[in-house]
Amino acid sequence: MEALMHQVLAGLATGGIYASLALALVMIYQATHLVNFAQGEMAMFCTYIAWSFLNAGFGYLPAFLLTVAFGFVLGVVIERVVIRPVERAPVLSVVVVFIGLLVILNSLAGWIYTYTIKPFPSPFPEALANPLMSPHELGSILVTLVVLTLLFLFFRFTPLGLAMRAAAQNPESSRLVGIRVGWMLALGWGLASAIGAVAGMMIAPVVYLDPNMMGGILLYAFAAALLGGIDSPGGAVFGGFLVGVLENVLGAFVIGNELKLAVALVLIIGVLVVRPSGLFGRVHVSRV
Amino acid sequence: MSRRALVGLLVLLALAALLPFLLSNYRVFQLTLVLVYAIALLGLNMLTGYNGQVSLGHGAFYAIGAYCAAILMDRWGVPYWATLPVAGAVCLVAGFLFGLPALRLEGLYLALATFALGVSLPQLLKYNHLEEWTGGVQGIVILKPEAPFGLPVNADQWLYFFTLAVTIVMFIVGRNLLRGRIGRAMVAIRDNPVAAQAMGVNTALYKSLTFGVSAMYTGVAGALGAIAVQFVAPDSFNIFLSLTLLIGIVVGGLASISGAVFGAFFIQFVPNIADAISKAAPWAIFGVFLIVFVYLMPGGIAGAVQMAGAKLMRKSSQSETGGAKQPVTPKEVVP
Amino acid sequence: MKRRLIPIVAVLAAALAAPAALAQKKYDTGASDTEIKIGNTNPYSGPASAYGTIGKTITAYFKMLNESGGINGRKLNFITYDDGYSPPKTVEMARKLVEQDEVLFLFQTLGTPSNSAIHKYMNAKKVPQLFVATGATKWDDPKRFPWTMGWQPNYQTEGKIYAAHILRTKPNAKIGVLFQNDDYGKDVLKGLKDGLGAKGQKLIVKEVSYEVSDPTVDSQIIQLQGSGADVFVNITTPKFAAQAVRKVYDIGWKPVHYLNNVGASVGSVLKPAGLEKSVGVITTQYLKDYTDKQWANDPAMKKFEAFMKKYYPDGNLNDASNVYGYTAARTLEQVLRQAGDNLTRANIMKQAASIKGLALDTLLPGIKINTSATDFAPIESVQLARFNGTQYELFGEVLSADQ
Repeated sequence: MEALMHQVLAGLATGGIYASLALALVMIYQATHLVNFAQGEMAMFCTYIAWSFLNAGFGYLPAFLLTVAFGFVLGVVIERVVIRPVERAPVLSVVVVFIGLLVILNSLAGWIYTYTIKPFPSPFPEALANPLMSPHELGSILVTLVVLTLLFLFFRFTPLGLAMRAAAQNPESSRLVGIRVGWMLALGWGLASAIGAVAGMMIAPVVYLDPNMMGGILLYAFAAALLGGIDSPGGAVFGGFLVGVLENVLGAFVIGNELKLAVALVLIIGVLVVRPSGLFGRVHVSRV
Repeated sequence: MSRRALVGLLVLLALAALLPFLLSNYRVFQLTLVLVYAIALLGLNMLTGYNGQVSLGHGAFYAIGAYCAAILMDRWGVPYWATLPVAGAVCLVAGFLFGLPALRLEGLYLALATFALGVSLPQLLKYNHLEEWTGGVQGIVILKPEAPFGLPVNADQWLYFFTLAVTIVMFIVGRNLLRGRIGRAMVAIRDNPVAAQAMGVNTALYKSLTFGVSAMYTGVAGALGAIAVQFVAPDSFNIFLSLTLLIGIVVGGLASISGAVFGAFFIQFVPNIADAISKAAPWAIFGVFLIVFVYLMPGGIAGAVQMAGAKLMRKSSQSETGGAKQPVTPKEVVP
Repeated sequence: MKRRLIPIVAVLAAALAAPAALAQKKYDTGASDTEIKIGNTNPYSGPASAYGTIGKTITAYFKMLNESGGINGRKLNFITYDDGYSPPKTVEMARKLVEQDEVLFLFQTLGTPSNSAIHKYMNAKKVPQLFVATGATKWDDPKRFPWTMGWQPNYQTEGKIYAAHILRTKPNAKIGVLFQNDDYGKDVLKGLKDGLGAKGQKLIVKEVSYEVSDPTVDSQIIQLQGSGADVFVNITTPKFAAQAVRKVYDIGWKPVHYLNNVGASVGSVLKPAGLEKSVGVITTQYLKDYTDKQWANDPAMKKFEAFMKKYYPDGNLNDASNVYGYTAARTLEQVLRQAGDNLTRANIMKQAASIKGLALDTLLPGIKINTSATDFAPIESVQLARFNGTQYELFGEVLSADQ
């Protein structure tokens, strides 16, 4: 029983990692109806920028805030420069552009920062250390939940949030009402990238910073976001925790570590077959 | 196909047949891989380009085909040419079986399911209990076939001709499939599934069958690829292979048969070009190439070629009619 | 009569002089009076890109050699391609190197699957596949594959040494193992099991694996603690080694901790994990660790540091792979010097198989490189070391594979 609880807690900790990146994925989706495969690499790149700030002598909080700002700007710039020109292209072409972004960012990070792992500091005090869950893991779960709450409040209760949702759901009508759809998209990308930067800075202390750190995480985050419902931020976070716990419990007690990835994915797909829009997603009914 | 196009194609084929005698063995090996990719891309294009079902995991079918060939040749001494039909049949069934539950999934969700397939297959290949068959992490080494009947060509050239022949057959079959009733049904399902169903197209059956046939093509390609490289290992078939195939059809041209060939050339040679340009960050260069290609040619290389061809035709018809503008008859995307 | 004599004398003179001239220089494709072409594939991209720094270190070392005139007056032309750790790409690049770039031999091609893919090809073409950068055991097979030779101590040997130590110091141990689920991880595990023997294998209470794509190994560490193991054999690469070392400490588990050589660097693993959390880990070593304090004033490491700063300033001094590449390059240097002007592929292999007692100064004292016609494993000796919080303390004698 104790072993199970231990694994569940560890699963919640890893789940927190997936949840934070899944949140960024959902954010992009809500703004643009696209899944950004380069999200992980953008987050990784921002984390390296944070590392550079820290290395240059900045304190943690200033470095954190500067990185979030950098992430925001990076997202906006990418949207305007890279994504805007291919807006009208078929979806798959945009996916290929995302893949291109992914390899560019990964390759650049490897070139500039080399592939040796770097430790990344945690803002949460070691004093709270206990055998069950490290203070950082607890802290990063809290941070994810705070970001989620802020997002929820932003979309629900602010005019800007409403405008963004409208621009994503119905660009033509939104234009007619006077919403600058183009800038809403850029804003969406900026926000998603900023969330990704936060996710990266929460993830790096646990998994260590290296250019390939987001690869496996992106897959789980993708699965988590879809499991929870791609248009539901709360669902994505829930999905993240669920995937984390599932993966750990399966690996430890059911199927062994060698097949846990395959089995976890099969289970997720099974859920999707039963509920195609995810656990908390909105079911889309298309009228003919 | 018009007479001009047919003649052009025959010229190309003749050239393709001559190449092994003009180029070094290494180049012949590379061209064999191009042909292998072309078959795989045609398979993926059927599913994603013509039928609209996005697959981010086709590398898995490539791997299944490759392992079929390797296991048959290594464990049971089956001759190399006999492994192709078996690989094709196994993948046809596997693809169809995968396509069935996938019917419930649309767009993104289907992409995730196929992504999951692509990611988990290497793990399965490494699995302890299957190690006896798959060779586990060490993989399986195969011997390259020699030319039969003592023909005066070396092993590389023979394999090239064999692959060329298989490619021609698969492309002819594919073209007939796609241009006929079945192809039209596939495209109808992609463009408007509800209307297609209303018109009597059995959407579920066609979608699953397309998955199966698409997997079959990619599986045959995998088997040929394994024979060419003479080695299979789980590391050869990771998720990047699936993404590379997707890149191939988008850059080559979605819903286009010639696009498969263009795409194959791209995915085989452009990474090498990128490596030559920059040793420090070659994949960054490759990424830039990708983005530039998508900007300049949103319809893929095949689309660009067709537009160029249409422009030329318009110019020549303009000069014929003395400058009076003639409306260009809309063509299908499929050349 | 005289008119016919002169041509006859001329021909005789030429015939007598010719063998003498021929005996001096012999070349195969890829070697000439001015250069030696050496081919290599490394994963500069993809999942194993961390090891691409080895190729860069070797490139830098050869650049340094060339600046001081090369070897026996010939410049080293080191041609290296990225294979992304993908075997089909390795095959393509190897064929390019052999058939198009026409190199004399391949050196330090990296990765077990990558080398497995070209193993038969290289031997069929009779081109040396020299000092491959992998610890798999199968490269020491001169009878069946006379053109392939390994370099580093192989993984199974390492596993056997840990097994021997456990049996000697803790015969009733409960062993838990964490291993990377690929050829390298399974090879060390096999060595461990073979070393324990049929009886000893019962001591293993839990074996868990992980994939390179897993974000963390925390769940696996918890599983191992839960199994009641009091000896932990940790077969991981740097990133996961750091995670494992840290997690073991954090959950309050205190096993006897054996950490495999690949994941034992002070700078790239123990420091990120936390030096105080790494106290007591035991590993095997054969190279000097630049980040280990005990070599801070060692002239060999100072020379290495100067080399890196001048010729590979982007390289990370903390990365153990760089000392590895530097030492491998110097081993090749020795072979090429021995070959002199006889630069045929057969002679390259012959010289590589005739290294006697080569003690390069970046190897631990007491460890020498030895090869022979029946021994294609250049480095077979290692030494056990224990980390005390600031550096590794070597203990015991230099151990060899046959013990």
